[in-house]
Amino acid sequence: MYTQALDIPQQNVDKAPRAVENPAYQAEFDAKIDAGGYIEAKDWMPEAYRKTLVRQISQHAHSEIVGMLPEGNWITRAPTLKRKAILLAKVQDEGGHGLYLYAAAETLGVSRDELLDALHTGKAKYSSIFNYPTLTWADIGVIGWLVDGAAIMNQIPLCKCSYGPYARAMVRICKEESFHQRQGYDLLLAMMKGTDEQREMVQDAVNRWWWPSIMMFGPHDKDSPNSAQSSRWGIKRISNDDLRQKFIDATVEQAKVLGVTMPDPELKWNAERGHHDYGAIDWDEFWNVVNGHGQGNVDRLAARVKAWEDGAWVREAALEHERKRAAREHRAA
Amino acid sequence: MTTPNPAHIEYLTRLGDNALILGQRMSEWCGHAPVLEEDMALANMSLDLIGQARMLLAHAGQLEGKGRDEDQLAFLRTEMHYRNLTLCELPNADFGRTMVRNFLFANFQVLLWERLLASSDSELAAIAAKSIKEARYHAQHAGDWVVRLGDGTAESHERTQAALDYLWPYTAEFFAANPSDEAAAAAGFGPAWSELEAAWESVVVPVLTEATLTVPARTPFKSFGKFGRHSEHLGHLLSEMQYMQRTYPGAQW
Repeated sequence: MYTQALDIPQQNVDKAPRAVENPAYQAEFDAKIDAGGYIEAKDWMPEAYRKTLVRQISQHAHSEIVGMLPEGNWITRAPTLKRKAILLAKVQDEGGHGLYLYAAAETLGVSRDELLDALHTGKAKYSSIFNYPTLTWADIGVIGWLVDGAAIMNQIPLCKCSYGPYARAMVRICKEESFHQRQGYDLLLAMMKGTDEQREMVQDAVNRWWWPSIMMFGPHDKDSPNSAQSSRWGIKRISNDDLRQKFIDATVEQAKVLGVTMPDPELKWNAERGHHDYGAIDWDEFWNVVNGHGQGNVDRLAARVKAWEDGAWVREAALEHERKRAAREHRAA
Repeated sequence: MTTPNPAHIEYLTRLGDNALILGQRMSEWCGHAPVLEEDMALANMSLDLIGQARMLLAHAGQLEGKGRDEDQLAFLRTEMHYRNLTLCELPNADFGRTMVRNFLFANFQVLLWERLLASSDSELAAIAAKSIKEARYHAQHAGDWVVRLGDGTAESHERTQAALDYLWPYTAEFFAANPSDEAAAAAGFGPAWSELEAAWESVVVPVLTEATLTVPARTPFKSFGKFGRHSEHLGHLLSEMQYMQRTYPGAQW
């Protein structure tokens, strides 16, 4: 559903080092990047560029499949058949996003099994937003509205990122995410038109998801650890703080229409800046969740590992059957 | 409006409840399947079944004429008023049992939809025309897995045979004759399900044989879900599925 944005302000871009492995190929690669072109799977690329992409794309893919869990938590309890169908379709789309992204990562010479192994052993990260629990049905709407909304802001620039297979996967993903966001908002509108209990559920969900959603844009630009290099390579194009501001400005207006308030007393329009000011983000909590110091992380990962281990006999059987079938065909020929 | 024929409503409710309850069971897999492709396939098949249930229950509700819509029928009945086959409500257990169940049921559904294309109820015939494509895919998908798992490793063979041994006795219920079925057949809504037994066996047995599985002998065991007497499992499934509608009566979502 999204990647943790690791970006820096544009003014630092030119100070970034370029990886140097093969000067002639490197020059061609740099020229392509500078001209805003795409790097394709068979093109030469610096090893560090390849590694950065594998890390980012696989982290994104893992986020999609771990992200199926918090929403999947409500499929069996959806309040109407229509909402159940919408949610199933949405979670299925997320599985599909995972699939395109693993495929995009595979073009860089890694296998899906290797990437999954890194997830299951805790070496690879996924978006920490999915470690938060989905406590009520309203969470399903708020995830669509805020979490998918933040994901879209983060992901639209990736549709133009320099690696072709990733950029193309992102075009499709962004279209589906926009649809999910509208469905989430529609779910909330229906609840806000309902009873006091329903409205209370929506407000409670907004209170719990607002701060984690705006943390999805990653650390403030001044604290972003990576990566001049990512901007130089055209993998990241807009800074964390710029994206966050854009998201907040858009979302505050949507909250008014919905009739909910954000849990931030300092959130207000600043006419001079032409943007909303907002309160201080609790980065300790952010890093705790990113680094997995939470039971949510333990539970999500355990669920993925269990699915994988429980399915081992199925995958082995499929391979064995294929081997037997091929042997029979060989004998018959 | 003419007085509704109770056998007609019962017939539609059976079809709708099969799809609803199996769709609910299959949705439990979402995010937990052995490979990502199967997460998507199972979610997709669950979606097909929920879609079928919506059309069938909405139609049954309209004929009934008491103002009950698809959601009131899906979420606000008690156990004894559900008319699904017991097979559909059994827990998923492992992927092998899930695939064997889908295989046994989807092939039955294909035969039903084929006959229902000619139903005297034109709306049911239209639902059949849409659903038959889905059921054929479900049967193909599950059949492929039954063969892979049955004729895979020693472990997968053993698990798949155990799944078949467990589920097979429940398939007798598919074909159990009863008066409302016969009344529906007489009125031309659809076939009496007992008519489908030979055709069903002629489709499923060759695949099970290809999968190197042993088809169990029929036993005296009888289940009665389609008559409203269910296993212990349905109550738990419903308490989860109905939670929101029961907790917030009358709320709109």
